Amino acid sequence: MPDEKTIILSGSGLTKVFGFGGQKTVAVDHVDFNFFEGEIVSIVGESGSGKTTLAKMLLGLTSSTEGDIYFQGKKRDIRTHQKKQEYWKNIQAIFQDPFSSYNIFNKVDAVLLDCIHMRGGRKLPHAKKVELMVEACSFVNLKYEELTNKYPFELSGGQMQRLMIARIFLLKPKILLADEPTSMIDACCRATILSMLMNLHVETGMTLIFITHDIGLAYYVSDSIYIMEHGKFVESGSPDDVILHPKEAYTRRLINDVPKIHEEWDLSTV
Amino acid sequence: MADVILDVKELTTKYITRYRENVYAVDHVSLKVESGKSLGIAGESGCGKSTLALSLMGYYFAPLHYMSGEIIIEGRNISGMDPDEVRKSILGTEISFIPQSAMNALNPTQKIIHFIEDVVQAHDPYKTKKQVYDLARGSFETLGLPAEVLQKYPVELSGGMKQRTVIAISVILFPKVLIADEPSSALDVTSQKMVIKMLKNLMKNGVIKSMIFITHELPLLYNVTDDIAVMYAGQIVEKGTAKEVVLDPLHPYSRGLMGSIMVPESGLRGVNLASIPGVPPNLKNPPFGCRFAERCQYVQPQCTAMAVGLRDMGDGRAYRCVLSENELRGIYRREAYQNAR
Repeated sequence: MPDEKTIILSGSGLTKVFGFGGQKTVAVDHVDFNFFEGEIVSIVGESGSGKTTLAKMLLGLTSSTEGDIYFQGKKRDIRTHQKKQEYWKNIQAIFQDPFSSYNIFNKVDAVLLDCIHMRGGRKLPHAKKVELMVEACSFVNLKYEELTNKYPFELSGGQMQRLMIARIFLLKPKILLADEPTSMIDACCRATILSMLMNLHVETGMTLIFITHDIGLAYYVSDSIYIMEHGKFVESGSPDDVILHPKEAYTRRLINDVPKIHEEWDLSTV
Repeated sequence: MADVILDVKELTTKYITRYRENVYAVDHVSLKVESGKSLGIAGESGCGKSTLALSLMGYYFAPLHYMSGEIIIEGRNISGMDPDEVRKSILGTEISFIPQSAMNALNPTQKIIHFIEDVVQAHDPYKTKKQVYDLARGSFETLGLPAEVLQKYPVELSGGMKQRTVIAISVILFPKVLIADEPSSALDVTSQKMVIKMLKNLMKNGVIKSMIFITHELPLLYNVTDDIAVMYAGQIVEKGTAKEVVLDPLHPYSRGLMGSIMVPESGLRGVNLASIPGVPPNLKNPPFGCRFAERCQYVQPQCTAMAVGLRDMGDGRAYRCVLSENELRGIYRREAYQNAR
C-alpha cells in the first residue's frame, strides 16, 4: 500500500546548472521524486543523463541551483559541518571505482575503525572493536585475519568492493546510495555483491538507491524504476510496468540496446 | 566443411615470476576457428582469458614464455617463431589484437593518422604519407567512420568513437584473425551496440575472416559469436555452439556462470541470482585432478583422485568432468525438480 509507506527522501523542482550564459549546461532539470522507506529504487540512464549529478546532490556533495531536498519530511539542512556529519550518518554511498574509493595511505583496519568511531564507538575497548570488525568482515565473506595490516592496493577489485559493503554494515545508515556498484567487476562477482547488498537490505531495512546504466540489473533488484533522460525523469513506476510495457521511446531504446537471451537482439537500430 | 583459419593444438604457456615460480596460465588449450565464424571465450577474471589471447598471437615476451603446442594459421605454423619475425610478418597482417582498454592507450599528442602511418610503414617502409592517407580514408569510409577523424587528436573523440577508431586501425592491413579482449566493457550500452555492429560488419564485408571475442558478459557473447569456449583456471572446461553452452550448459562451472545472468526479459525477474562461492585457485600450485572440485557443489570422491580429461561429444562439443553426460543431466533434472517443489 503506497499510502502506508513513509517518505524518507523527496525532492521538488531539483535543478543543477553548470556554467552560465552561452555555455550553460542543465545537468538536472526540475526533478521531483519521493523515495519511500525500505524501498529499492533504481535510477537508469545512459552516460551524460545527469544520474551522478543527482546522486551528488542527494549526498550533499554539491549544492543544487534550485529546488529543495526533504529528508524524513523536513527540509534538509547541511549548512554547517556538524549538520553535514549528522546527515551523513543517515545516508552513505558506494561508488563505481573501488580502487579510488580508499585513502591509499591508510590501512584497511583504519577504514573500518573510522566507521565504528563514527557510530559513537570511540570509547569502546579495543577487543570489542575487533569483534565488530570481524563480524562485519564475515558478513561479506572476507577473513579479518587476512585483511588486517594490509593496504588497499593489496586487495583485488572484488575484495575492495566487498569491504565497502562491510563499511556500510558497520555504519547502518538509513539510506544507501550505490552509484554503479557493479560496473567495474566481472559478471560472477556481480551476483555476489548484489546478493550481499540484498542481505543487508533485508537485515537492516534500509532504503537502497541504485544508480546504473544496466537496465537488466535495475529490473532484477528494484521495487521502482526511474528512467532519466537529459536531466529529466521521463518514466517511472514498477519494474514490470516500465521494462515490459515501456511507454517512452527512450526507454524502449535503452531496453533494445541490452543483449538478451530469449529474444532477438536487433542491431539495425543504431 | 569450411576451411580452418586458426588451429591451436595443446598450447601451453607460462609466466615466470620474480621468485622463479612457474604459473601455467594457459594449459593444453586446443581451439579451432573456421572461416567466417567467430569464437567467444568466457570465464571469471583470473581464469587466463587474456593470457590465452596474448599467447595466440605467437609473440612472447617476458614474463610470458612459450612451452609447447602449435598455433597454425592457414597451414602456417607460427609457434616457436622468432619474436622479431612474428612482429614483422604475423602481427597486423595475419593476427590483430585489441587489448583491454586499448582506447586509453592512444598517445594524446598525436593525430589518429599518425598511428595508422606507424602501423602501415612498419610493414611497408616505402609507402608515402599520401598513399597511407588514401588507404586510411578508404578503410574508414567502408567502416562507417567519418574521414575527419583521421585529422583529430584522441581527446576530441568520445569513448565509443575512440574504441571504434582503435578497431579500424587494427584491421587496416586486413588481418585474418581479430582477437578482441573485452572491447566493450568500458562503454555504455548504446556505444557497446555500435562497436558490436561494427565488428559484425567487419566479418560480413570480409575485412577479417574470423574473430575471437573475449568477455565475461554471457548475454553479449551469446548474441555476437557462433561458438563459445568456457575457461577455468587455464583450461577449457566446456566448448560448443553459443546456443548449446548458454541454454544447455553441462559443466557445473558454466552452469554457475549462467546463474549470474541478468537480462530485462519477462519471467526472469523472480529467478534467484546464484553465484559460485569461492575464488579461482592459485595457478602456482593448481589442485590435482579437477581444478573446479573445491567450488563444485556436485563434487565426487574421484574428482580429486585423477586428472580429468576433456570428453569429446562430437560436433565440436566437449566438456571436462568426471561424470558422464547422462549422470550430469540426471543431477540437474533432480535439482530442478526439488526447486520446483
